[in-house]
Amino acid sequence: MNARFKMRMLLLAVTAFCLPMALPAADSEPSIVVASTTSTQDSGLFGYLLPIVRARTGIVVKVIAQGTGQALETARRGDADVVFVHDPDAEARFVAEGHGLERRLVMYNDFVIVGPAADPAAIRGMDPLRALQAIRAGQHRFVSRGDGSGTHQAELRLWKAAGVEVDPQMGKWYSSVGQGMGPALNIASASDAYVLTDRATWTSFRNKGDLKLLVEGDQRLNNQYSLILVNPAKHPDTKAALGQRFMDFLLSPEGQAEIARYRVEGQQLFFPNAKPASR
Amino acid sequence: MPEQTSALQLVLSGDPALYAIVRLSLAVSFGATLLAALLGAPLGALIALSRFHGRHVIVVALNALMGLPPVVVGLTVYLLLSRSGPLGEFGLLFTPAAMVITQTVLVLPIIAALTRQTIEDLWLEYRDEFAAMGVGRLQRIRTLLWDARFSLVTTLLAGFGRAAAEVGSIIIVGGNIEGFTRTMTTTIALETSKGNLPLAMGLGMLLLGIVLAVNIAAWAVKYFGARFEQ
Amino acid sequence: MNAVAAPLPLSDLPLVFDQVAVRVGDTAILRDVSLRFTSGAPTVLIGPNGSGKTTLLRAAMGLIPPAAGVIRWGEQSGAGPRCSALVFQRPVMLRRSVADNVSYALMVASVPRAQRKARTQQLLDLVGLGSLAERPAPRLSGGERQRLALARALARDPAVLFLDEPTASLDPAATLAIEELVRAISARGVKIVMTTHDLGEASRLAGDVVLLHRGEVVETGPVGQLLGTPRTEVARRFITGQLLL
Repeated sequence: MNARFKMRMLLLAVTAFCLPMALPAADSEPSIVVASTTSTQDSGLFGYLLPIVRARTGIVVKVIAQGTGQALETARRGDADVVFVHDPDAEARFVAEGHGLERRLVMYNDFVIVGPAADPAAIRGMDPLRALQAIRAGQHRFVSRGDGSGTHQAELRLWKAAGVEVDPQMGKWYSSVGQGMGPALNIASASDAYVLTDRATWTSFRNKGDLKLLVEGDQRLNNQYSLILVNPAKHPDTKAALGQRFMDFLLSPEGQAEIARYRVEGQQLFFPNAKPASR
Repeated sequence: MPEQTSALQLVLSGDPALYAIVRLSLAVSFGATLLAALLGAPLGALIALSRFHGRHVIVVALNALMGLPPVVVGLTVYLLLSRSGPLGEFGLLFTPAAMVITQTVLVLPIIAALTRQTIEDLWLEYRDEFAAMGVGRLQRIRTLLWDARFSLVTTLLAGFGRAAAEVGSIIIVGGNIEGFTRTMTTTIALETSKGNLPLAMGLGMLLLGIVLAVNIAAWAVKYFGARFEQ
Repeated sequence: MNAVAAPLPLSDLPLVFDQVAVRVGDTAILRDVSLRFTSGAPTVLIGPNGSGKTTLLRAAMGLIPPAAGVIRWGEQSGAGPRCSALVFQRPVMLRRSVADNVSYALMVASVPRAQRKARTQQLLDLVGLGSLAERPAPRLSGGERQRLALARALARDPAVLFLDEPTASLDPAATLAIEELVRAISARGVKIVMTTHDLGEASRLAGDVVLLHRGEVVETGPVGQLLGTPRTEVARRFITGQLLL
């Protein structure tokens, strides 16, 4: 039957097209899964770094960029080999629970507060605590990530240090959006609001609109990134050897130099600060 | 993918990253639709031909499942495929296979429910002839599915549309990993979150164009096969 | 097709209705019907609308179980017809070509694949659809549909062929064509049991005639006798068109 034959051929063609991509391919190259925060991806750091990693170590790195809280959860479930995050308290808990082996500092940058060019709260140049107090006092629009990420935790620490009791319902001026840095910046840009962001994501963000960088440079805005290898004792499927090799490269002088070499619009976004292993 | 270029430039320059993304999108959506059709169409036909207690409940449930929220499915499949989940040993999480699985779950009720309706209508017409000819149960299902093939094309298209548009579930189970599980919809989400709105929109137009092309192809199939309709 | 000279070992004849009653829901459609169909010239069922002609055919085909009484096909009872076929008044065309409709019927009748193509051609030639083999069946005219349905029915190599109002919706030319075909099929030894509204058609085709009224057999007999000199009052009124339902 002609029609039947044609249909069978079509079916075969579609299957042949889909099958290779859809089947779980046996890893021809060694690979690891890194659960990471979003700033390292959104700023383009991984895009720059990972081909270098692959060339030097032969490891294919699969990055799941989720935000610190979610990344640590993913690792707790045993679905990642390494975490690359920036929330010291959460990291300490992670290691204490036995999910991670050791917290290794890898690089840092800083947070900044951005806001509308008109700056109705007049926070330009202030230190971050007074800036937040001013925003609170004037009830100027502020966007919070509200997603348990490293940046969100940093924001909460700053509010606390500024003496402000943070309650997501505390007023229409405070928008807890429950999303990543990019969407939060989009919302801030569209509604002329203030927002705390890491410098890397901010620099590489393409929809700044009317937002300008207003507060920076304070010690309290420091943003430390760490690498943690998932504990193979607790999660036997972890590719511990490969994960360690990946970490070792980033922590090595060569890896650290590559991190420093990454620029967006001429600016260096991440500053390597690895320390030797505590052993 | 280069940051400053538009989607059109990427298409015209044959950017390999873009083509890989398009190819993965199609493979996952076609794959899921195909799988859902192979499972769902006979299921729908079977329900259409069956009479049993509680049949109405099944039919209503099937119709309701068409509206499964993708994020819920994504989360459920994620928990199943996670290493600490029941199916963790297969290592399917964060692979295209996981994306096909979750989209199949979303598309299957659509295909089954719509097939059931189509086949039931056709069966009312064919019932007497089948009885007089002595056609067996299995053969009835096969014959009805084949004779309803043009209506089923529309059903498959509805399923494909759902799969191609979907982002919530595949981003959870796929992880949006560059070079491995990044599709058009997840890329659009990512570029939006990076503030690359023009690029995201351009990709969106491209996706629309592809879906439109698929619809046109399906229309052509129906048009040229319509001579078989009553 | 094989000519049936003597009764086949596995024949559905004689087909016997023994005090058969058939109900659809709560309504009695056939009441106390006793008939005997034997091989030979066509038997034509006549009667007003709603008299149960179609239901009788369906019961004879085993599609509806009797509520009372027994139907016997050939030497076995209750087992159902083995080699009978039924053509409905408005036959359903499968959404495929004319030839594929016939080969489908052959497939269902368990004819081996190798023989199907040849037999399809034979059957199509027999019913006069040879030149339309590739046409989509849903595109056929009314008369052509009847012929295709006949070809499908004959694919089963039936000993008994039931036809439900085969010419009811056809124009005179198509009607004549179908009647000729019926004669040809009957001449090959197939027992035809058909219903009709048209007394003229009954007189043209029938050997025996059965008059049904309100689910009961009113009178049976050779067509010339029943139509010419009916024995019962009901028959007389029916033939003169005065029978009220």
